Amino acid sequence: MPQEISLTIDNTQVNVPEGTTILQAALNAGIDIPHLCYDPAWGLPPTSSCRLCLVELEAAGSLVPSCSHPAAAGMVVRTDTEKLRQTRRMVIELLLSDHPHDCLTCDKAGKCDLQKYAYQLGVKQPSFPVDPIPIEPVQDGPAIVYDRSKCILCGRCVQICQNLQISEAIDYLGRGFDTRISLPPGQSREQSVCTECGNCIDVCPTGAMSYAAAEGAGREWELETVPTICPYCGCGCTILMNIRKNRVVQITSHPDLGINKGLLCVKGRFGIDFISHAERLTAPLIRRDGKLVPATWDQALDLVAQRLLTIKNQFGPDAIAGLASAKCTNEENYIFQKFIRAVIGTNNVDHCARLCHASTVVGLARAFGSGAMTNSIEDFEVTDCIFVIGSNTTECHPIIGSAIKRAAVQRNAPLIVADPRAIELTEFSTIHMQQKGGTDVALINAMMNVILAEDLADKQFIAERTEDFDQLCKAVEPYTPEFAEKITSVPAADIIRAARIYAQAPAASIVYSMGITQHTTGTDNVLSLANLAMLTGNLGKPGAGVNPLRGQNNVQGACDLAALPNVYPGYQKVDNPDLQAKFEKAWAAKLSPKPGLTVVEIINAAAQGKLKAIYIMGENPMLSDPDVNHVEKALKNLDFLVVQDIFLSETAQLADVVLPATAFAEKDGTFTNTERRVQMLRAGLEPPGQSRLDWDILCDLARRMGYPVSYDHVSQIQDEIASLTPIYGGITYDRLTHQSLQWPCPDADHPGTPYLHKGRFTRGLGKFHPVEFIPAKELPDQDYPFLLSTGRILEHFHTGTMSRRSEVLDELVSVGAIEINPADADRLAIADGQNVRVASRRGQIEIAARLTDRVAPATVFLAFHYREAPANRLTIAALDPIAKIPEFKVCAVSIQPA
Amino acid sequence: MTVATRLANAGDLASLRQKILAGRKSTKIAISVCAGTGCRAQGSMELFEEFQRELQEQNLTDVEVRATGCHGFCEQGPLVVIFPRKIFYRGVKVKDVPRIVEKTIRNNEVVDSLLFKDPATKKKCLLENEVPFYAKQQRIVFRNNGKIDPTQIDDYIAADGYAALAKVLTKMSAEQVIEQVSQAGLRGRGGGGFPTGRKWDICRAQPGDEKYVICNGDEGDPGAFMDRSIMEGDPNSVLEGMTIGAYAIGASRAYIYVRAEYPLAVTNLSIALEQSRSLGLLGENILGSDFSFDVEIVRGAGAFVCGEETALIASVQGDIGSPQQRPPYPAQAGLWGKPTNINNVETWANVPVIIDKGSKWFAGMGTEHSKGTKVFSLVGKVLNTGLVEVPMGTTLREIVYDIGGGIPKKRKFKAVQTGGPSGGCIPESLLDLPVDFEKLTEAGGMMGSGGLIVMDERTCMVDVAKYFLAFLVDESCGKCSPCREGVMQMHSILCRIVQGEGREGDIELLEQLAAYVKESSLCQLGGTAPNPVLSTLRHFRNEYEAHIKDKKCPAGVCTALVEFEVDEELCKGCGLCMRDCPTEAVIGEKKQPHKIDVELCIKCGVCYEDCPFDAVIAK
Repeated sequence: MPQEISLTIDNTQVNVPEGTTILQAALNAGIDIPHLCYDPAWGLPPTSSCRLCLVELEAAGSLVPSCSHPAAAGMVVRTDTEKLRQTRRMVIELLLSDHPHDCLTCDKAGKCDLQKYAYQLGVKQPSFPVDPIPIEPVQDGPAIVYDRSKCILCGRCVQICQNLQISEAIDYLGRGFDTRISLPPGQSREQSVCTECGNCIDVCPTGAMSYAAAEGAGREWELETVPTICPYCGCGCTILMNIRKNRVVQITSHPDLGINKGLLCVKGRFGIDFISHAERLTAPLIRRDGKLVPATWDQALDLVAQRLLTIKNQFGPDAIAGLASAKCTNEENYIFQKFIRAVIGTNNVDHCARLCHASTVVGLARAFGSGAMTNSIEDFEVTDCIFVIGSNTTECHPIIGSAIKRAAVQRNAPLIVADPRAIELTEFSTIHMQQKGGTDVALINAMMNVILAEDLADKQFIAERTEDFDQLCKAVEPYTPEFAEKITSVPAADIIRAARIYAQAPAASIVYSMGITQHTTGTDNVLSLANLAMLTGNLGKPGAGVNPLRGQNNVQGACDLAALPNVYPGYQKVDNPDLQAKFEKAWAAKLSPKPGLTVVEIINAAAQGKLKAIYIMGENPMLSDPDVNHVEKALKNLDFLVVQDIFLSETAQLADVVLPATAFAEKDGTFTNTERRVQMLRAGLEPPGQSRLDWDILCDLARRMGYPVSYDHVSQIQDEIASLTPIYGGITYDRLTHQSLQWPCPDADHPGTPYLHKGRFTRGLGKFHPVEFIPAKELPDQDYPFLLSTGRILEHFHTGTMSRRSEVLDELVSVGAIEINPADADRLAIADGQNVRVASRRGQIEIAARLTDRVAPATVFLAFHYREAPANRLTIAALDPIAKIPEFKVCAVSIQPA
Repeated sequence: MTVATRLANAGDLASLRQKILAGRKSTKIAISVCAGTGCRAQGSMELFEEFQRELQEQNLTDVEVRATGCHGFCEQGPLVVIFPRKIFYRGVKVKDVPRIVEKTIRNNEVVDSLLFKDPATKKKCLLENEVPFYAKQQRIVFRNNGKIDPTQIDDYIAADGYAALAKVLTKMSAEQVIEQVSQAGLRGRGGGGFPTGRKWDICRAQPGDEKYVICNGDEGDPGAFMDRSIMEGDPNSVLEGMTIGAYAIGASRAYIYVRAEYPLAVTNLSIALEQSRSLGLLGENILGSDFSFDVEIVRGAGAFVCGEETALIASVQGDIGSPQQRPPYPAQAGLWGKPTNINNVETWANVPVIIDKGSKWFAGMGTEHSKGTKVFSLVGKVLNTGLVEVPMGTTLREIVYDIGGGIPKKRKFKAVQTGGPSGGCIPESLLDLPVDFEKLTEAGGMMGSGGLIVMDERTCMVDVAKYFLAFLVDESCGKCSPCREGVMQMHSILCRIVQGEGREGDIELLEQLAAYVKESSLCQLGGTAPNPVLSTLRHFRNEYEAHIKDKKCPAGVCTALVEFEVDEELCKGCGLCMRDCPTEAVIGEKKQPHKIDVELCIKCGVCYEDCPFDAVIAK
């Protein structure tokens, strides 16, 4: 602990810990010192460049910048003398001497720090000729505009880009009066490393950095600011919707808010405009004579109620299935599964978690007892080592990606990356192990082999907290690094080094995502990682853990609230009679003890005619599921398909009834992010047309089907969840209005759980599972010589329903491309940008080729966002036998110039 | 080089020195050709080759031709000195070579026409130290410049080089070294004048094993070139000084930051590094001691601000060369965040002599608070220009008149600008000022880079201030607002004053801005940037007032405020001005007084400069 020192600021005695700056000491004491280039809220290192925060030191008689000058014992500081006021006026006058005086029309007016201080300091008549730099604003990408004439060169944008975002995309260019902020000279934004995250806009104290589309759309005093949660990935960033006339004008953020502490990525900041897209559904649609035509709610809901009841009566409740949504709120998912279970009477409910982290839920539950991220995002600030395997974090979870980069760059925490592609994180990594797709078990087993051979295991942890260790030892014994090298093609020396670094770190964190889960051996992969963490005692403490990054904003919540076929909310098993009785009582309905079908099984059952009706809420299996040709056949084979969505998705186009739902910006409720954090969503907009809240639609439908259910407000649903779900027991609407909570949170006094398994695993002892390497289901051969891996890119999301309806995101990346190694392209005479035909045993697509070393020879990578070139026409519906997750990451394809 | 085997201890070094000296007869004839950048620009390398060719042709194989570092009297280059007599030839051309070889080398005769003629006494000087330019100098830093071949470490060793290092490593503790340097009273020659011993002590006292030493060879003042000359002419003296300093501080790595515009300095330093490494004077266990140390050269891209310590450190790290707010000081958190000690070239070059000859000897020169010598680059309106090393406390008058030979064309002295672009102008009334750190600052100037620019009566002091501010506007890094915006505004006010558009209140506004910029800037570039304005306002305020109130430029420089006229009584009608006038504005008959057609005159001032009789008057 630093020593406490005492100093005098403006005749007030102030006590602060040694090392505190004068500015911070003054702010603590309620003394405001004007400051422009430094904003304490962001925690960026002070540059001391604006000189507005100068204060007088009595002893030295000199002026020092309070933002950086350390407070010292006995120091006497004056912050508000006539001399200082004069100096500060001069700072502002000089800055205004080449700044356009266009506050009347400037978008920043009212929120501009320069304007604020000019007013506070009474700078009226400039002493210098007003001579703005006659330079037009620069717009290098679709979103960010830089107006140099308004730039005061405070450097906050450079700082956030370099120190928080770790992009180093922009810097000062030029010298003296010619200094400006710029991308590297001669580089376009596309060539540069700028990800268009726009964090520079939020830190800019003037109107120099702005969002192009927000120009003229409203100013500070006209805007209502509503904090809510980003609807894209599982990071769960807090965003601020700036709303005017029922339209989100701009998304901003604040360093004090949310897990993102003010940082956003390009999707969160610029990708929200889809909510006001012209294609939003505004009225229910009913298929008449093969066409979807508008109908009233009564017509639509009566029709759904009648058809579902008919099918239930004729074929039994198990002939009906529901797909819930990782995009919808916890409350909506809760109501959805309650509807399927209590009103329909089946457990046939699942959602897209099946396609991303089913193997996590199963694997981690088996090893530890809880199938969720063990630690918190904040832990990346303290971890001693990060092992990222199968996660392209900077593109798929950008805010966590930045946190990992900060750990590597600023704290020199070793970063081990295992990925078949040379993803961005490899530029920051200590070691990059470029394993062949689908060989993770061999790689992880070999790391454990090294750890055991070199006596690096945490013996005490193993002895006290785990079971079946001897089985693990036996299983990994044959996996010497040399043996694994043959399978994975990762040099044995790298495996040894990685194992040592990971094992020797006091607290090491494993981060993984779909590169691990989306395999026929997905559960095995997850169990291997669980083994590795337990072997080294990396559980139940800060900075450690096994950390699956969840892909959707609320995929964690949808799982928690039982949009799964085998559990009730809070992972309470449906085949447990006590729990069945508990829920039958609570829901006043007879429930089925039989676990239901999973996503791919639902599709297969539909194709086979066993399933007659599907109710889909906010999902788009026509693009998201493997082998979509098969999916299309299956859905067309149904008697009745209901889709509840905000757009007429590829799936909705096949529906018999389409129900217009609300987007995240229009509703209250909660999302649970990847680190089990339940966060409040706040409605800022009125829903368009006749669209209705998802839970409201479902309750109405239930009533029409004879099940009396109604809620006045989403908080009533939350209360019901809390009463039935132990891990959500203490999570209530009132608490969430001023905080977020990480489950398990069993009661109203519980503060939430930042990391799991402290002292004891959820299941008691951690269980080692011996895992053998099994090759992927379909490997390249003569006919299909390339290994195809699918995934996401930064600028788009999932099936593109949202992101491809965002102007900025669509302009950034408007067409898909398949990544192919230049050596292969050369052999096949394929040029960069040329269209190629990609074929698998299941289908084929045509798409442009992108030549890049990111992929190894004989492998190709394709994002699955594009309806015009659906990657999932190619993928295989081979399933992990336990988790039933499809093998999106490995299948065999051929490539020909188109 | 005679040997390339590693010296295992101090004894080996002494033996090597004896061996080198034994091989050199003191009576041997040697032709030393100045190969400093100034003389090279005037063709000294061709001269060097020509000597070699001529000697070979004449089979004079025992005569040595040596390319040395800068002699300082660059204006008279190329310079050649013939040893052992030390005959001093100036302005030597390739065509003079056969004559020198024939007369001086073969027959020991002097080529009279190549000797320096003192413009004051009209007397010819045979030897270098008879030349008034050299007579009053005391060469400590420049002890070897002009004598040794900088690319031969043997030459340096023969001149007692590395004896100080050997002494330090064998006989002195780190504390004793610091004590010695402190007692000598050596202060930073980079301009700040911070006591070097104390600086080392602070860095030594910092916790941590990883510390750095940096040599600042950025020399951003365009008018100063003493550091360049030392790096080019005696690189080993810098390396030796740095090694001693690193030993005292506890550093094992160092960087020399040299501006890329100094290619010869980089070349000669690189050669010196290579040679001293191969002798074990750098690297692991130097001279068999426990002390290991090595040096790397980093080339700067020529930004004035990179002479500032924190900006220099940023530049060495590969970051943008802009300064950081202190604290933390480089001694606390410098290069890569580690304690770092930076001294400039001249400071480092002083260190070996201090160790060698002792602190008492060094402190015996100079004034109360400024000890030793200082090298100045003497330029401007003065007869003899070049590098001048004098003891601290020498008066400006001695430098300008005795060494510099006074003002050409019998014009009146007006001011001497000291310390580089952000220095100040000192008027005639203060010519008897003994030069040291404090006195210069008190007079409104500064030691700074050691630049001395002499100005005569035809210099407009407002224009001078504008000129230096233009440089500073250009060189401001742009980071902090007072320097970026404030100096710019000061410059634009000066521009309007010289344009005749000065306003009532401009002087006060300048003073206000100057005080603000000086006090509020982040680094010393901004902190000193107002000096040209403040010192000229202090000593030549009437010139500002004449520009603003009377719309006149008393020195006749500011074209917008001047009209040229011919004094018919003084004009001899020589026609020189008529010949040079670009617009044919001068009219008149030969041997009759001329006239200037005001309509045609573009006020370029050619006639004003040309006139041998000062008959053209600026009004």
